[in-house]
Amino acid sequence: MAERTRFLSRSRTVAAPTWSRWLIPPAALSVHLAIGQAYAWSVFKPPLESALGLSGTQSALPFQLGIVMLGLSAAFGGTLVERNGPRWAMFVSMTCFSSGFLLSALGVATRQYWLVVLGYGGVGGIGLGIGYISPVSTLIKWFPDRPGMATGIAIMGFGGGALIASPWSAQMLDSFGATTNGIATTFLVHGLVYAAFMSMGVLLVRVPPDGWSPKGWRPPENRVRALITTADVSARNAIRTPQFYCLWVVLCCNVTAGIGILEKAAPMIRDFFSGTPVAVAAGAAAGFVALLSLANMAGRFVWSSTSDVIGRKNMYRVYLGVGALLYLAIALMGDNSKPLFIVCALGILSFYGGGFATVPAYLKDLFGTYQVGAIHGRLLTAWSTAGVLGPLIVNAIADAQKAAGRSGPDLYTASLFIMIGLLAVGFLANELIRPVHERFHERPVTEHGTPVAEKGQAV
Amino acid sequence: MSDRRTGLMVLAWGWVGVPFAYGVYELFLKLTQLFSG
Repeated sequence: MAERTRFLSRSRTVAAPTWSRWLIPPAALSVHLAIGQAYAWSVFKPPLESALGLSGTQSALPFQLGIVMLGLSAAFGGTLVERNGPRWAMFVSMTCFSSGFLLSALGVATRQYWLVVLGYGGVGGIGLGIGYISPVSTLIKWFPDRPGMATGIAIMGFGGGALIASPWSAQMLDSFGATTNGIATTFLVHGLVYAAFMSMGVLLVRVPPDGWSPKGWRPPENRVRALITTADVSARNAIRTPQFYCLWVVLCCNVTAGIGILEKAAPMIRDFFSGTPVAVAAGAAAGFVALLSLANMAGRFVWSSTSDVIGRKNMYRVYLGVGALLYLAIALMGDNSKPLFIVCALGILSFYGGGFATVPAYLKDLFGTYQVGAIHGRLLTAWSTAGVLGPLIVNAIADAQKAAGRSGPDLYTASLFIMIGLLAVGFLANELIRPVHERFHERPVTEHGTPVAEKGQAV
Repeated sequence: MSDRRTGLMVLAWGWVGVPFAYGVYELFLKLTQLFSG
């Protein structure tokens, strides 16, 4: 048991000198591509509803609890992840995520739906939160020269997870049948396959040795950007800084604006062009949703890599400023141009994904690498908030407009202007971000070399 | 880089790359409906 525990410890994951840093992104991806399955939960909704006699609201419960647990476990488990290292975190994520499926299989087989909610949402949700933050600080430490690109690759995986899971789960349900036995078998296979898939990350992940840096790379001392710190700030101190809350508002506004479209994309494009000669059929609307997924995923890699060149603050100026202009274009053009609508929506969704992927590097710039994973976990509460706000705004307004007898773009015009307002608030919050005051910095490590994970005096 | 490390690199990227390529392929199948529908 002790041997097994040691295998998971941070000290056992220090890389050998010959270890390649390009083995770390696939380790991170094997976790993120798996837990990204959460976005494909909707595949299970119709069979669960018919097999167990559930309403739409009831069948959404496992997903909703999963997202709440994601935010909570990332926020409260972040410090543990920093202390115990990425292998421990990936192992916990793998165990919780696959156990969630196994419990769900038992729940469906015995027709105990509460077990599905508790299993997939509660236990699996912890796997989502711990898994999401598990590789972040490790990637930033391996890629100090390109932190945006490195975290972009991993977080792109979270977007890509649903691309894999959606057709795979649907095909499995076709094969096993949409009965209780068929769904239970599908959940069982998911649990086992995801455990095997994620184990690659557990085995492969390594942390760089102390003082390691990429060959030939030196910290850019002579061209330090004002916002990039060389000091470290603990998670405990980070949440006492105004910068943390400004960034929280930035992320919350950016995610709210994107998720509003993402959650209602298919009915939205159909409603927009319903009264025109270019009406959108159901199959085409599904294609639009797929295209948005691609933009969301590509934005995570492309924009976060771009942020390594132009800086994080400028990148968020683009996400929030240009994003607001794209919303304005949709609001003003109405149903006049389908291509313009599609292009603007793609831009907005790419900024949505980019906002997620760039934030760890922004945190690293502001607070250093010391406890960036834990700080990131706390910041993800903005995601949980936006996950409620965005769909609530768009759905409530569309329902109210429909009740008032309106149709077409009018259903969404008010929502679009609210999103523009939110993006403006986010833009302002980004402008307020300044370097963190040095009173929040950690004191320099003594020459005896206090271990990184154990330092952290309160300031 | 040693042959052993190269093999590990191919295995690791293939491990995540193959399922991802499957997902992207399925996505493009759906995309065609947007432009034909």
